[in-house]
Amino acid sequence: MSATAILNTDGTDGSAQLRLSGDWRADCAGRDAVVAAFERPAFRHAVLNGAEITDWDSRLIAFLVRLLSLCKKNNVEYTLADFPDGVPSLLDLAFAVPEHADARPPRRPRDFLVWLGETALQCRSSVGKAWDFSRRTYAAALRFAAHRAVVRKQDVLAEIQAAGAGAFPIVSLICFLIGLILAFVGSIQLKMFGAEIYVSSLVAISVTRVMGAIMTGVIMAGRTGASYAATLGSMRVNEEVDALETMGVSPFDFLVFPRVLALSLMMPLLTIYADFMGIMGGGFVGVFMLGLSPDDYFRMTLSALTMRNIVIGIVHGAVYGVIIALCGCYQGITCGRNASAVGSATTAAVVSSIVWMTVATAVLTVIFSVCGA
Amino acid sequence: MTKPFLEIKGLTVAYGENVIMHDVDFTVNERDVFIIMGGSGCGKSTLLTVLTGLKAPEKGTETFAGKPFWGNGATKADRDALMRKAGILYQSGALWSSMTLAENVAMPLEQYTDFTPAEIKDLVALKLDLVGLGGFQNYYPAEISGGMKKRAGLARALALDPQIVFFDEPSAGLDPISSKNLDDLILQIRENLRTTIVMVTHELPSIFAIGTNSIYLDARTKTVIARGNPNELLKNPPNETLEHFLTRGKK
Repeated sequence: MSATAILNTDGTDGSAQLRLSGDWRADCAGRDAVVAAFERPAFRHAVLNGAEITDWDSRLIAFLVRLLSLCKKNNVEYTLADFPDGVPSLLDLAFAVPEHADARPPRRPRDFLVWLGETALQCRSSVGKAWDFSRRTYAAALRFAAHRAVVRKQDVLAEIQAAGAGAFPIVSLICFLIGLILAFVGSIQLKMFGAEIYVSSLVAISVTRVMGAIMTGVIMAGRTGASYAATLGSMRVNEEVDALETMGVSPFDFLVFPRVLALSLMMPLLTIYADFMGIMGGGFVGVFMLGLSPDDYFRMTLSALTMRNIVIGIVHGAVYGVIIALCGCYQGITCGRNASAVGSATTAAVVSSIVWMTVATAVLTVIFSVCGA
Repeated sequence: MTKPFLEIKGLTVAYGENVIMHDVDFTVNERDVFIIMGGSGCGKSTLLTVLTGLKAPEKGTETFAGKPFWGNGATKADRDALMRKAGILYQSGALWSSMTLAENVAMPLEQYTDFTPAEIKDLVALKLDLVGLGGFQNYYPAEISGGMKKRAGLARALALDPQIVFFDEPSAGLDPISSKNLDDLILQIRENLRTTIVMVTHELPSIFAIGTNSIYLDARTKTVIARGNPNELLKNPPNETLEHFLTRGKK
């Protein structure tokens, strides 16, 4: 038998009878109508009878709590009659501690000016935090140069290995595929003019000048930058950063600087490797899909390669390395002290790395253009 | 005659406009096992971050071993120097996860002493032996249990033979036997190394077993509402809130 709630308000003495019956582990069809009647009661006393309830779970309790709360709010007296064992004591428990009205978060006015002011204050606070982080990282670099920083050599080497050799497989795969895609898409256009051989030049110039660095940067932002944020964020949650600070060891010396150093050193090398893999990917399309001879392809590639483009790519890579390491470490070291904050820090590290990489690319492009490069 | 080691006067602590506690005064004497007790959310752990220099108070002074720590012109360099006389055991142990237990304990010794590697190795073995972790030198924190992590954290806190050790809820997450063993260990350390202990906890068995002096921080009034030996406070509670706390609401 399904749950039913029948409200009888015909009493001449200003009272109402609510009879609950059936299996209250299922939905009750008349529930909303009963709640509506209790919201604007036409009675001064309600008798709630549960004698015919055959089974129940927390939904019955939640329904009764709702009704009794409305009774209290509307000054309606109530009586509970013949409810199954457990129901009255659960209701007592639910009402034992009154709701803390002041525990509700304050309602924030959604006024535009308020929003604007709050946003401006948040921006100022973020800029202040970023400035403090940069200043302390710079100070750690100076201490490292003066051999006064607390840095373990094995930590720096481990970070270099993780950011360098550890990234080889993913950089190999992605940059090979990028070279392949560039060559394949370029060949479709070049074929129309019978100029397939220039696919090699297209791939060589685009990959070495900027694409190799950008793709490596995106990979490293997702792989290493996110890892920095998650690692430092977890250390913050586990009080490991506090333990360093109370011992008088700067986390910037011990945690941040080794990572910034490792990634700044490895990114230019990874960029050169990414250039090589991109050219190999282009070569794969040129030789196996366009029918060019390997000799011709790589001769044309060598003729298109210039030291200027390679150096520009390496500069991009180095700048991206610094950006990714700083964004990852910043998000990690300023992370909140709970698990979801670590997730947010990781996401923010990747997003901010990519945004600042894009900004840096625009700035570097302008600089190189102005310099005639 | 015991001398005061830690003196707190008129301390007010806040996060932005949210005042966590105000006008907190207390003195920790040498060799005390001083308990900072209070219900959940009263600011006990926040107070510990202030006492150990991680968070600045809004107002008030802290004097540490007779020297200013907060206020009275104390600088960060002063605090860093004074904290070398202190050890801290965090709630989770806070062992550095990328290092073995031996490396964790050795770190403060490498940082602040000019001992030879051989001396440091012997000291690390000794500190781990003292907390019952002899032989676990090459284990990483992820490879040991929660109770062992706390013991290893204690070994690290004791590395520099501190004059005072701060404990943040040392019994949290431990079974009753491990908790009692840790209490015994804390007492042994206090007796044998002549250390002052400051412990933040709300574990009543620990409070009564090892506490020699205490304060009770009240979440509602946001200040200290009782102070004294915990066993004396149990006999003569100065207010209903503390009586409720010490008797788990039975009276």
